[in-house]
Order: sequence, then structure tokens, then C-alpha cells
Amino acid sequence: MEERWSTEHVLSLAPDQASLKAAGKLSGPAPWSGAGWEQGVLWGLCKGSGSTPYRAAVELATPAYKCSCPSRKFPCKHVLGLLLLWSAGAAEIAEGAERPDWVAEWMAGRQAAVEQKTARQQVRAETADPAAARRRVERRTARVSAGAQELRLRLADGVRRGLADHAAGAADWEQVAARMVDAQAPGLASKVRELAYTPQQGLLTGYALLHLLAGAWGRVDELPEELAATVRTRVGFTADTAELLAGPTVRDRWLVLGSRDTADDRLTTRRLWLRGAKTGRPALLLAFGRPGQAPELALPAGQSLEAELAFHPGARPLRAVLGQRYGAPEAGPAEPPAGLSPAEAVAGYGAAVADDPWLESWPVVLSEVVPVLGPEGWQLTDGRSAVAVRRGSVPEAALWRLAALSAGHPVTLFGECGPAGFAPVTAWAGQGRPVGVGQ
Amino acid sequence: MTTPTTTLETADGWAELETAALLGTDRRALPEPAGPAALLAAAAAVDRTDPAVALLDLAALVAVRRRAGAVALPAPELPPAAAPDARPELPEAAARRLAVLVGGRTAGAAPANLAELLPQWLEAAVAHGYRLPGSLVPPLLDAARARSELRAPAVALAGPLGRWLADRNQDWRFVHRTAAEPAEADAGPQVWQEGLFAERVTHLVRLRRERPQDALELLASTWPTERAEDRVLFLDALQEGLSAADEPFLEAALTDRSKNVRATAAELLSTLPGSAFATRMAERARAVVRLEGRRLTVSPPAECDAGMQRDGIPPKSPTGRGERAWWFGEIVAAAPLALWAADTGLGPDQLLRLPVGDGGTDWTDDLREAWARAAVRQQDADWARALLGPVPRPGRAGRTAGSPARLLSVLPAAERSAWTAAFVQTHGLGDAFQLLGACATPWTPPLSTAVVAALERAAGSGAYPWSHSGVLGMTERALAPEAAPAVAALAADAAPDTAWAETFDRLAGTLRFRAAMLAELVGRAG
Repeated sequence: MEERWSTEHVLSLAPDQASLKAAGKLSGPAPWSGAGWEQGVLWGLCKGSGSTPYRAAVELATPAYKCSCPSRKFPCKHVLGLLLLWSAGAAEIAEGAERPDWVAEWMAGRQAAVEQKTARQQVRAETADPAAARRRVERRTARVSAGAQELRLRLADGVRRGLADHAAGAADWEQVAARMVDAQAPGLASKVRELAYTPQQGLLTGYALLHLLAGAWGRVDELPEELAATVRTRVGFTADTAELLAGPTVRDRWLVLGSRDTADDRLTTRRLWLRGAKTGRPALLLAFGRPGQAPELALPAGQSLEAELAFHPGARPLRAVLGQRYGAPEAGPAEPPAGLSPAEAVAGYGAAVADDPWLESWPVVLSEVVPVLGPEGWQLTDGRSAVAVRRGSVPEAALWRLAALSAGHPVTLFGECGPAGFAPVTAWAGQGRPVGVGQ
Repeated sequence: MTTPTTTLETADGWAELETAALLGTDRRALPEPAGPAALLAAAAAVDRTDPAVALLDLAALVAVRRRAGAVALPAPELPPAAAPDARPELPEAAARRLAVLVGGRTAGAAPANLAELLPQWLEAAVAHGYRLPGSLVPPLLDAARARSELRAPAVALAGPLGRWLADRNQDWRFVHRTAAEPAEADAGPQVWQEGLFAERVTHLVRLRRERPQDALELLASTWPTERAEDRVLFLDALQEGLSAADEPFLEAALTDRSKNVRATAAELLSTLPGSAFATRMAERARAVVRLEGRRLTVSPPAECDAGMQRDGIPPKSPTGRGERAWWFGEIVAAAPLALWAADTGLGPDQLLRLPVGDGGTDWTDDLREAWARAAVRQQDADWARALLGPVPRPGRAGRTAGSPARLLSVLPAAERSAWTAAFVQTHGLGDAFQLLGACATPWTPPLSTAVVAALERAAGSGAYPWSHSGVLGMTERALAPEAAPAVAALAADAAPDTAWAETFDRLAGTLRFRAAMLAELVGRAG
């Protein structure tokens, strides 16, 4: 039987604060009956305001949730409450109980749906018309090229008039971004939008790198294959998950180094960073949730997972998709992951930039560093070299928690190293368990 | 441009490119490339037909070169690490609980009044002698910064790490001013000479606890130069560890310039039974109350003479009562209670049963009131018990003199709870707030049972829960965990969707929360 999840793990699944609060009220044994836990499935009946209790169930491995309540939140407060009760080790949840019919039906239905999906994908792959697909790609390529050309003209115009006027033209840049969306180049569009809000000191760099990207698209066919793939991705072409998984995959025991959620009004994005135990390769998984829904993929730092990953192609492959898993995630090694010195980490980012000039950061584990607050802000040092903590990457309070965790002693830190410094994500103090820095 | 990582080469023409870009190539010529040979070679390949495009090409070259060539910063000086902390680490479940309580996350499993439960959690954790996980210390210090009643336990728990953090973050400077551990002998003279007022009080209190005589000498050394309002509070610090050795100093303070200082000194002296002050007050008390046959005869003083005034008795009655009655009360309240048994051979019970008078006026209440004040001041349990008497019968206001809650506070904990339980059984919760507040927490099972039963009666009588909100708040903090099933039963039996159902639900939830929280600290719920 697998381990119970930690309360943090359960909390990380909540779609929003309101759900957490509501779930807290359901995390006591009082509203629950008929609860059980067996072979990776957890279920229970929750007394609501109506006469029939709600049926909540969780399949722990995926995880997948089900509840008979009408809530649009996902997972809903009943599922979260059940998970909280379970994570607290409540005796009311009978371990090894026989699953009731409604749970068995749901599990069977899930199994069938998974099989159907695989079948559909096969059918689609077989019936796809390669000629039509090629025509679609050609049409899009032509539109992107027109967009990139227009962008180069706009950037050159900006430099001709002077970037001192840039701030006045923020609305114009919104328009250019919209034009890039029309040109089916969403990667260029988001870079243009970023440019509209870039402070003056970073403007020329932003202009120059975007100019370089638009120019690179113009001769993408002449570039080496990997760099061409990088340019395509950055311009906004996405790789199809199924296609990626059909290609070469890397099987390894992937240690979860950390995760971070960012949310805007349209989407919650979860970044999960992994490192292969055998290959040493870094990997980044992205998972998305609609507003009010937590991304489904939840892997706490410190766990490790035996699985196949398929990497998006590029000069510096990092982003990957999760393929076949072999077993559930388990607790990883007790000791902190091996890492680099600040000097090596900065040099490592430089080497990565040499492969992909648009790279804003590279994931890295720093070993034996002490957070120090100096007149220039927070720095991480091993006594020989140092790297700054990127301003604004985590709240000030989080840095004080990190300082307290270290108490002036060296810690291991996972994060992203970039031109503006290091953005911490996870910390290990001594032989302690990983602690998220940002939250 | 401030770059957190330094670049390997700054003479690469970037500044010139930036200036030209800011002003615009319409106004500014394209700068000549600069920098090392490799960069110059790459720059030479740039097509210069359109200066704007050329500038962007050149800027891209330099920008990417700068990023790829970033090197680490020189190491700053390493500050000293926090002193080691040998206490055992807090159990994991308890650490999660603390994270919820300090509100870093308003996570699940949070009923009612987390703010009310935090002090209890802290006291319990201090008693167990745990060390906190480092990352929980900053949020705890933030909480204690906002709520001063949390400071002492928070600082004790934070330990050396708390002091290390306070050295680095102005927000947590209070840590250094909060008494949490024994006075550090070497810090003494300097803090006393140069410290802020709060730091000095803290230092004095700590020193008094350890070496009362040294504390007295320290205070005496600067006494004449202290401000009057500070003198009052410093004098208060002597209450702990008061002994005959303090008498000369306090006697001298009776002639202080400040009225409040004089009154405080008199109050302290009145709790020193063998003092000259006590002897003087005993003399005065004998003159105003005499045992004549089987009755106590009262003859209140005719004036407030200089000696009485020197011993802290104000000549003007602040309450508006008759001045003679006021002086009488002050004398009896400040006189050592032991004198009555010594003079009359009667115990407090017997004395309290005697009729009192001066022939005309009934002085019974005045005398009881003064004795009650004396019992509280002198912490005399026998007198307090006698004055409290048994719990008054229903419908009777009772003849308890003074404040019953204050008399109760003199009694041992078990007796306090038993008396209050009996009171609640008879009188309900209406007047029980202060009495309950005087009882040790968590409440004993009998007291808890009495309170739960009284709540049930209150719910049954149709009263509104909010008329008992003070008692309910206290109940959440103090009810014995053993009472949880009884409360859960009340919650189940209450008419659904009524205010009482919600009240009992909440109470039951809080009790569960408290029980779990205390069990985690023992390590049982792992």
C-alpha cells in the first residue's frame, strides 16, 4: 500500500483559497461516512445540505477525482476534505475496505475512457492526410514569415526614432502583438507584449534579441536542425504531445527538484522541474489548469518517478512531456541533490546561452551556498563566488524564511539561473526535507 | 544598467550602442564597433546599409556575448552563523499546525479562532522545549511583532535563531527586548546604562528573578536620576522575590516626590509582614478595630495624620465616600492579617461571624471589603477562603466581599476550579466570566462538565448564544479536551440551522483542533 500524501501535497491540489477554506471544514470526521482506502483508490460519502450524501473518490496514482456534487471547482471541496482527512491518518477511513459499487463503476469507466482515447489517437494517426497537413504547415509558415518581416521593420523604426520614445508607444506595441497573433506567431506576440512593459534599461537587449529571433525565422531553413527547432518553438510553433511521445523518449528515474505555479486570469501554469538520476538530464514539465482548477499534475519536490519523458526538440532541450510511467511516485533519496558552485552555475547558464541565445534562465542546483543580505540585495555565496538572487523572483518574506532555514549555514538550493540572477525554487537545509521557497 | 552578474568584458561598445538607440539613428550616427578581436570580426560582417537594422544586429551580438560570458560575483563576507540550538526538533505534524496557526497559509482544518489558540500552542511548545524548523521562525516573529502577548513564548521558541534574525531585520528587534531566558551577566551594566526603557525593565526583571539583591542594588544605583513614571514601573519589578532586605529602600521610597511611587512602595511594604511599615499599620489597625466581648467595635480614625500620609494613605477619598471610612479601609487593608489571630486568638471564620459596629453605623461591609483587599495583597489563602465562603445559594447575591474572582485567585488551582464549578452549577454563566478567567487552563473535567451543562441549559432556555459570547470564547480556549464528546452530543442534538447548533459545532470543532494540536506536540499523532 502506498504512502499517505502529506498535507502540503493535498493543499497544492486546491484550485483556489476559497476551496481550501471550504475543504478545511470538511476535513474532520463528522461529515464523512462509508470512507475507505484500497489499492490506490480513496472514497467517502460526505453529508451535504441535501438528503443524499455526495460521493467523492480519488484515484491516487494519476491522480483523478470524482464527486457527485454540482460544483464546477476541480477538485471540489469534498474531494479535498476527504484527502485532508486521509492525509491526517484518520481512523474513520477504513484501510483495505472493499470498494463500493459506485467506486468500482467509476474506475471501470475511467479504464474504458483511457482505452478509447488511445484507440482514437491511433485512428487519427492512420486517417490523417499527409498532403493536407503539409499544405496547412506551408500556409502557416508563409503567414509567420510575413509577421516576422513586419516585426523587424517595426523594431528598426523604433531604433530609428529612438527608444527614449518607446514608453509613449505602449499601445502601438499592443497592436503589433495583436498582428503577431493574427500571423499565427504567438511566441513573437508574447515577446512583443513583454517589450511594451520593459523598463528602459533592458529595452535595447529586448529589441535586439527579438530582432535576432525574427531574423532567424527568415533563414530558419538554413539553420542547424536543433537551432531551427528552437527558433520554431520560440516563434510559437508547438509540438504535438502524441507526436513527441511517438518519437524517442528517455526512460529514467526522475527526481522532482521543485515546482512553481503562476496564475493569470486565463490560466494556471505549473512548472515542474525534474532531473534524471541516471542521465543527469534536467527536464521541465508544464501543466495547465483553467481558472479555478489546479493543474492535474502534482509531484511534490523530493519524490522521484520512474517514467519515459519525450523532450521537445531544440538546441537546449529542456521542456518535456510525461509518457509511460512505471509505478507511482516514491520518496526520493534522503540527501539533497548534487549541485554546482555559483561560479559553475553562472558559467553553465552562459554555456546554455551559447546554444540558445534567447534562453532567459537554466535550471541548476546550487550546493553549499549561504544566503547573505548585502547593500545590493540578497546574494548566494559559497565563500568563493556569489550569484545575486533575482529581484522580484520571490517575495522578500520568502527570502527571510530561506535565511532562517539556513541560519548562516550552507544550504542546497534549486532554482533558475539567468542574466539577472538566480530565482530560488526549492531549498534543502542539512539533511532536511525539501522546502519550497516561493510559497 | 546594474547587472547582478558581472560581465567578463565591459569595453564592448554596449554603452555607445545604447546611447545611439535611445536617441535614435536618425539623430545619432551608428557607433564604431569596439571590444576584443572576435567581437570586432563578427561586427565587421554586419550589413550597414540601414543604420537602424545594423544597430540592432550589433546590439544582438553584444547582448548575447554578455549573457554567454556572464561570470559570478565576488563572494561577499560571510556573516557569522546562528548559535547552535540543541533542543529537539518540533514533530512534523506540529510544525504543519504552527504554519496554519501563524497564518502563513489559511489552509484547511482551520475552525474558529486560530488567533486564540496560538498562545496556547506556543505555551505548550515552550513547555516541551522544542526547536522550531528555521523557516517557521520568521512568520512566528511577524505574528509576535503584531501581538505583544505572544512575544515571550515566541522568543523563547525562536531561541538563538530568533536573536540571529533580529540582528539582521529591524522588524524583529523586539526579540532583544523580550525576557525569555536568564540574564546574561555581562550584558548587564551596559543595558542598564544605555538601553531603552523596555530593555531596562526586562533586564531588571530577569536579574531580580535570579539575584534579587543585585537587582535592588542596580536599581538603587540610578534611582535618583530616573523619571517618576519609570520609577513606578521599576518598583513594580521588585514584587518578585520581595524580602526584608528590600525594606530600607522601600521605606525611603515612601518619601518619594511622586505620589504613585509612594503608593507603590506602601503597597509593597504592606506585603512584607515583619516590616516596620507593617508594625505601624498593625498599630493603627488595632486602634480602629477592637474585640470587645463577642463583638468587633470599629472606631474610624478622626484624621489622616502626617504618619499615615507618609505610609501611603491619601488624605482625600478618591471614591467620594466618607473620609473616615476611607482611611479606615486603607489602614485595615494594609495591616498584616496575622495580627487578628495573634490579638484575638480567633481564626478568620470566627472573626467573620462576629457582629461589627460602633453602636450606630454597620461597619460589617467596610471591614470585610478591607480584609478582602488585604487577603489578595498578602496572598493569604485561609482568609480568602473564609471571605469567599461557600457558593451562595440561588437567588441570593451572596455576602461575598470584594471581588470573588480576585479572592479566588489566591486559592490553590484545584480549589479555584471546584468553587467555580459549584458556582456555575448554581448560577449559570451569567456572572461567571471573571471567575472562569481566574481558573487555571485547561479547565478540570468537573469544571468543564459544569460549563457544558450550563451551556445546555442556556440553549434550552431560549437565550441567545451571543449573550454568552465572552464565556464561549473562553470556553473554546480552556475547556478540557475530555469534554469534547459532550459538546459533540450537544451539537448533534441542537435544532439544526440555529445559532446554538452553529455555536456548538464550532466549539466541538475547536476542541478537536485543540486536542489534535496538543497531541501532536507530545508526538502521539505523528
